[in-house]
Amino acid sequence: MAFTFAAFCYMLALLLTAALIFFAIWHLVLPEYLIHAFFCVMFLCAAEWLTLGLNMPLLAYHIWRYMSRPVMSGPGLYDPTTIMNADILAYCQKEGWCKLAFYLLAFFYYLYGMIYVLVSS
Amino acid sequence: MSAPAGSPRPAASARIPPRLGGAGASGAAAPAGPGPAPPQQNGPAQNQMQFPSGYGLHPQNYIAPSGHYAQGPGKMTSLPLDSQHGDYYSGLYTVPTQNVVTPNTAGQQPGAQQMYGRVLPAPHMAGSALGSFPGATSSASHVHTSASVNHHNSPAVGAANSSVASQGFPSTCGHYAMSTVSNAAYPRVSYSSPPAGDPYGQQMFTSQNAPPVRPIRDNSFSGQNTAISHPSPLPPPPPQQYHQEQSLSGYSTLSWSASGLPSTQDNLLRNHTGSLATANNNPTSPVADSLSSSVMQNVQPPVSSPVVSTVLSGASSARTPAAACHPAEPAASVTQPSELFQQKGVDSSSTTSSASPGPNSYDALEGGSYPDMLSSSASSPAPDPAPESDPTSAPAPAAAQPSKVAKPFGYGYPALQPGYQNAAAPPGAGPPSASPVYSGFQQYAQQYPGLNQLSSGLGGLSLQSAPQPESLRPVNLTQDRNVLPVTPVWAPVPNLNLDLRKLNCSPDSFRCTLTSIPQTQALLNKAKLPLGLLLHPFRDLTQLPVITSNTIVRCRSCRTYINPFVSFIDQRRWKCNLCYRVNDVPEEFMYNPLTRSYGEPHKRPEVQNSTVEFIASSDYMLRPPQPAVYLFVLDVSHNAVEAGYLTILCQSLLENLDKLPGDSRTRIGFLTFDSTIHFYDLQEGLSQPQMLIVSEIDDVFLPTPDSLLVNLHESKELIKDLLNALPTMFTNTRETHSALGPALQAAFKLMSPTGGRVSVFQTQLPSLGAGLLQSREDPNQRSSTKVVQHLGPATDFYKKLALDCSGQQTAVDLFLLSSQYSDLASLACMSKYSAGCIYYYPSFHCTHNPSQAEKLQKDLRRYLTRKIGFEAVMRIRCTKGLSMHTFHGNFFVRSTDLLSLANINPDAGFAVQLSIEESLTDTSLVCFQTALLYTSSKGERRIRVHTLCLPVVSSLADVYAGVDVQAAICLLANMAVDRSVSSSLSDARDALVNAVVDSLSAYGSTISNLQHSALIAPSSLKLFPLYVLALLKQKAFRTGTSTRLDDRVYAMCQIKCQPLVHLMKMIHPNLYRIDRLTDEGAIHVNDRVVPQPPLQKLSAEKLTREGAFLMDCGSVFYIWIGKSCDNNFIEDVLGCPNFASIPQKMTHLPELDTLSSERARSFITWLRDNRPLSPVLHVVKDESPAKTEFFQHLIEDRTEAAFSYYEFLLHIQQHICK
Repeated sequence: MAFTFAAFCYMLALLLTAALIFFAIWHLVLPEYLIHAFFCVMFLCAAEWLTLGLNMPLLAYHIWRYMSRPVMSGPGLYDPTTIMNADILAYCQKEGWCKLAFYLLAFFYYLYGMIYVLVSS
Repeated sequence: MSAPAGSPRPAASARIPPRLGGAGASGAAAPAGPGPAPPQQNGPAQNQMQFPSGYGLHPQNYIAPSGHYAQGPGKMTSLPLDSQHGDYYSGLYTVPTQNVVTPNTAGQQPGAQQMYGRVLPAPHMAGSALGSFPGATSSASHVHTSASVNHHNSPAVGAANSSVASQGFPSTCGHYAMSTVSNAAYPRVSYSSPPAGDPYGQQMFTSQNAPPVRPIRDNSFSGQNTAISHPSPLPPPPPQQYHQEQSLSGYSTLSWSASGLPSTQDNLLRNHTGSLATANNNPTSPVADSLSSSVMQNVQPPVSSPVVSTVLSGASSARTPAAACHPAEPAASVTQPSELFQQKGVDSSSTTSSASPGPNSYDALEGGSYPDMLSSSASSPAPDPAPESDPTSAPAPAAAQPSKVAKPFGYGYPALQPGYQNAAAPPGAGPPSASPVYSGFQQYAQQYPGLNQLSSGLGGLSLQSAPQPESLRPVNLTQDRNVLPVTPVWAPVPNLNLDLRKLNCSPDSFRCTLTSIPQTQALLNKAKLPLGLLLHPFRDLTQLPVITSNTIVRCRSCRTYINPFVSFIDQRRWKCNLCYRVNDVPEEFMYNPLTRSYGEPHKRPEVQNSTVEFIASSDYMLRPPQPAVYLFVLDVSHNAVEAGYLTILCQSLLENLDKLPGDSRTRIGFLTFDSTIHFYDLQEGLSQPQMLIVSEIDDVFLPTPDSLLVNLHESKELIKDLLNALPTMFTNTRETHSALGPALQAAFKLMSPTGGRVSVFQTQLPSLGAGLLQSREDPNQRSSTKVVQHLGPATDFYKKLALDCSGQQTAVDLFLLSSQYSDLASLACMSKYSAGCIYYYPSFHCTHNPSQAEKLQKDLRRYLTRKIGFEAVMRIRCTKGLSMHTFHGNFFVRSTDLLSLANINPDAGFAVQLSIEESLTDTSLVCFQTALLYTSSKGERRIRVHTLCLPVVSSLADVYAGVDVQAAICLLANMAVDRSVSSSLSDARDALVNAVVDSLSAYGSTISNLQHSALIAPSSLKLFPLYVLALLKQKAFRTGTSTRLDDRVYAMCQIKCQPLVHLMKMIHPNLYRIDRLTDEGAIHVNDRVVPQPPLQKLSAEKLTREGAFLMDCGSVFYIWIGKSCDNNFIEDVLGCPNFASIPQKMTHLPELDTLSSERARSFITWLRDNRPLSPVLHVVKDESPAKTEFFQHLIEDRTEAAFSYYEFLLHIQQHICK
């Protein structure tokens, strides 16, 4: 049994995904995006192509979302003047729930992946 | 009992001694009657009076008021100042005083008026009781009164009473069927006219509850009914007191009844009588008051603005902490049991306030003290203090209160303008259908033509007569070339029963795009029509019931204010019409708790008027009401000095300095900037204003902390000096930079301790410091048909600043006077999110462009003197099942249904989009309620509530029948603006076209005999394509025509914040032919005859060379003169001998003494009067280059880049057939 880099990445992703679930609920935009980007990089380094592939769409979405945010001098995604519009609010909430589901599934997948790597090596 | 009653008065009197003296004098004078009478006659006053009486019913209220009362005076005075009310007050107050108060007040006359109510009590107590009786009895004519007076101990009182009574009675008589004659005539009468008297009278009595009271009551009633029953029956002294009490109570009751009843007598008569009576009244005890009040009501049925009796307390509380008020009351109450009651009342109120959790935020405030209003109905503490008060004690208090009641009168402002008083029907006043009083109803209807109601009334005529058929009649648009009616389009009237319709909110304040709400979202989707509300909540009203009450009755669960559309399950409970929760009616809302025979809560003004204003208690404050604070931030760079706006601004300010809304605390400050920021120290005591220059624009600081914003009254001389010096102070400046951002930051720092209004005058792109902007406009793209960029802000600096300001209750109003591109898209953010307003004067120059200069001057006059509300929040509630989703206007959305408005002005409009979340199948009516909580410029916390009720329908045809096409267009315009900014202009345009295509094709699919060759629309929607085409050709959305970016953005800002009536003129101007004005169909306004020419369609085919046409575009008037226009017209109206001699730039019509000139001018003046911003007039000759501007507005014609109306219809048809 060897503690491989892949296993390390899985463990890290596992922990971070737990954090992401938290952020997805609380709409802390930048931390969420950064953490997600970080473990995507880890998977890239570990050459876990399948896992990386699963995460790429979300990463792309995050980049697009942040690029098209309202004009704003500081960091952030939500504009205080429009976020209370019911349609925007509803969209953001829906987005949050979808990501929550994704992170939860990812959480168990990483758990499985980590154990699989640890056991098989 | 009587003793107690008396005691309260004393307290009141103690405070108001001076007035009392005056009152006494007046009392003496009262007999003279006539003199005082005139003022009284003012309709408004009378109306108000009535209300008070209504309040009078509630003893508890009164009590509270009394306590407050002492404080009251100050407030009272302040109230009159209110811009709207100011006019009314004098009239109203006077009347009330007369009625209510006793002799003292009578003497006071206008000045004293406010005080009156309160003062009176004292007098009443002593002799008035007797007097009151007589008065009641004497109900008949004034003449009687005099006689009656004699009978009674207190002559003055008696007289007053009698007169009052007579007046009042008449009205009642009419209602009851007692002979009207009796009114006028002397009271003959029979007693108890049960009808009127009963409910009220009983209540009154009951409230007073003293046994003696009843007898008295009888008398009083008899007085009403019968001729003078005379006090003699009443004889027993105690009774007298009771009488007084009763009278007070009765008063209220009477008034109610009166209001409810349609007076048989003519309004005028009533007025006169009322006035006389009032004059006479002096002292009259409550009875007199009541009578008078009743009279008043009759007269001014419209009056709807009754002040609630409780007012005093409310008012006092508003100013001072509740606690303070309370102490005062107890003192007053001391005397008697009655006092006890009062105390209880007070206590209860205090307790209630304490009970309610302190509001943490404005959000909570508006919500009431209960933050989670919606969610936790059960948990929310009951606000009602009522329970606490003992029933037994109540009676006594009632007596005492009457005196207090009088004060309420003062408070109530009848909003009616003097002119209107008579005419104004009681729109809101419509009696509840259920009430027995109703007999009078028809009369009301007759009166109805009240101003506000007029439009709806007319609309009703057209629609009601043939409701469904007419609005659903299919119209073949491609064949019917003349869809535009010749008269202005009225708002459709919701298909409700007559009673509800009368009670409903005026469409000027509150409109829904669908006057029949579809039952389900599916049905709405099928109809493909936008659902939303258009609001004009702070509109200048000619009449407005103002209610002061200890307890503002609201639903415990959803915090809805009680309104005309709630249902009373029984005397003690009402069912909320928004959430269906059953609530208790607080004791205070009933007439008399003591006897357990409750009054008629459904007769309260809150339940009689869909637009009311409450004086809020300290529960609705997070901090003491702020003073009015005005800060002017002026650009004095070279560009600005060159444009010369400073002269105009300073001149306007000097002229209007005394008219700025505010009270003695009003503060004002000035700040100028170029590349540095200049502050002005105006501290009282300085010999001249001191300029303090701060050149550190990266980190702005205030040079002195507290002398920059100074009290307007204390430093008036310095302010005038400064205003005189300012225009010349910078004449030689060479500074071309503009540090707007830092100046705004300084303004924010200056304003943040108090909040208020910042008026920013800017003439160029900000070029220094934070918030500097670059030119983004590419002139070559102005007429691009493809992409219009830069509709959104370039930086969020101004938005963040606006949000900061909003948080500190500061609004920023922007005046942009610029000849070049100034990036309005970015600058406008400072006003958009702080609830300010935006004025734009393109190519402004005081000498080169005199019409703009004149417009600025007129706009400033309106801007400086119009009403203003501070630290406001607005919440819109709707029936369960509906939900708001997007708001349009200038504000910051604090939570999903709460708009934070640092300032509110009468010219601000709002729009809300709605969706149907749950099926509405189990209800037939839905209601919407807007509550606007604000601090008036007099430092009063007030809540203005509008309630709209609409039917629910289940068929698509009914939905189409109820479309309000103008409201739909305005909502679509708002949505299109959002779409343009968030997506792109072409998207927005497509969406507009699709809105027509979708709705018409959806309609097409509902009619069976579908003709594919024709474009069919229901009659209610026949103007839809035309208006959408007009929108597409509007500056905001047009493409292909050269449009400056700032102009476009300004048009978008206007769409977002203009109320519907003004917005419609911007979208679809009105065209009239004015060279042949006749008096046919003319209306009379203020003794002027205003011709009403028919509307023409906006097409060059209507322009004949022989004619002259006036186009009303909202902010601009064009008069187009045809080449072969009749020389008589040119000579008579324009003052030029012939067409050729008409100057190229003509912005005024000369005042010529000819009939046609008079007609034309009165018509134009009338059009101008109807709007807040004075439009500029341009006379356009057929040949002049300016005519292109005129022709741009002919939206039915083809232009290079856009369809004609017919082509547009074909285009739509193609889309539908696809």
